[in-house]
Amino acid sequence: MNVTRRSALAIAAGGVVFTALGSATRQAFATPEDAAAMINEFSGGAELAAGGINLTTPEIAENGNTVPISVSVNSAMTEAEHAVSVMVLAEENPRVEVVKFNFSLASGVAEAKTRIRLAKTQNVIAVAKMSDGSFRMASNQVKVTIGGCGG
Amino acid sequence: MASKPRVKVPKKAAAGDVIKIKTLISHKMESGQRKDKEGNKIPQKIINRFVVQFNGAEVFSADIAPGISANPYFEFSVKVQESGTFSFLWVDDDGSEYTTEAPITVG
Repeated sequence: MNVTRRSALAIAAGGVVFTALGSATRQAFATPEDAAAMINEFSGGAELAAGGINLTTPEIAENGNTVPISVSVNSAMTEAEHAVSVMVLAEENPRVEVVKFNFSLASGVAEAKTRIRLAKTQNVIAVAKMSDGSFRMASNQVKVTIGGCGG
Repeated sequence: MASKPRVKVPKKAAAGDVIKIKTLISHKMESGQRKDKEGNKIPQKIINRFVVQFNGAEVFSADIAPGISANPYFEFSVKVQESGTFSFLWVDDDGSEYTTEAPITVG
């Protein structure tokens, strides 16, 4: 079931409509619970440290079709201590997973930039997997004026 | 349709420098969420993987979902110790592969 731009706007516009379309939107958009499940799968349930990872996103994205994001992990990127990968999630897109960056010892620094789609105002999350088996997480809310992903 | 991948790699660097690479490929990144005029779902067709190698060894890659914008753009870093060639690969859902290369002189 797809959500047209009209209904997506309607959902953004009012809780009444949201309630009416409740069952339909559950299928169309993921939820923070879906994101949590995916993070849990990625981390194997390990604790998510709050520091050592920076996620940069615009506070307001006028066009959800192309939202610039930047993620960096504080790491020396040595054999002993490096960031292996960073997963980026959008909690309430039709699909929570957005991208996973895989770094290497040749990365020098663990950072990457890209442009993502956001269907509506929501939290963007980055989770870094470190070489010692630890995980770090950062999360930013992005307010979306016009949603991406189809509509 | 995807076309003409573009990459920006410095021509020269000193050994041990961390360089920035920027890449862009023209691709619609059809999300699989849209419908055509008749209301039929337009099937997903995206670039699902991006791989960068330097002198044959993987230095960076990305696993990509439809949440990445049309004309996927990636910027990342690589620490270079020697001269060589970067090779870039984009993999389409339909199995197509798009590639390009860029040399760098280190010294």
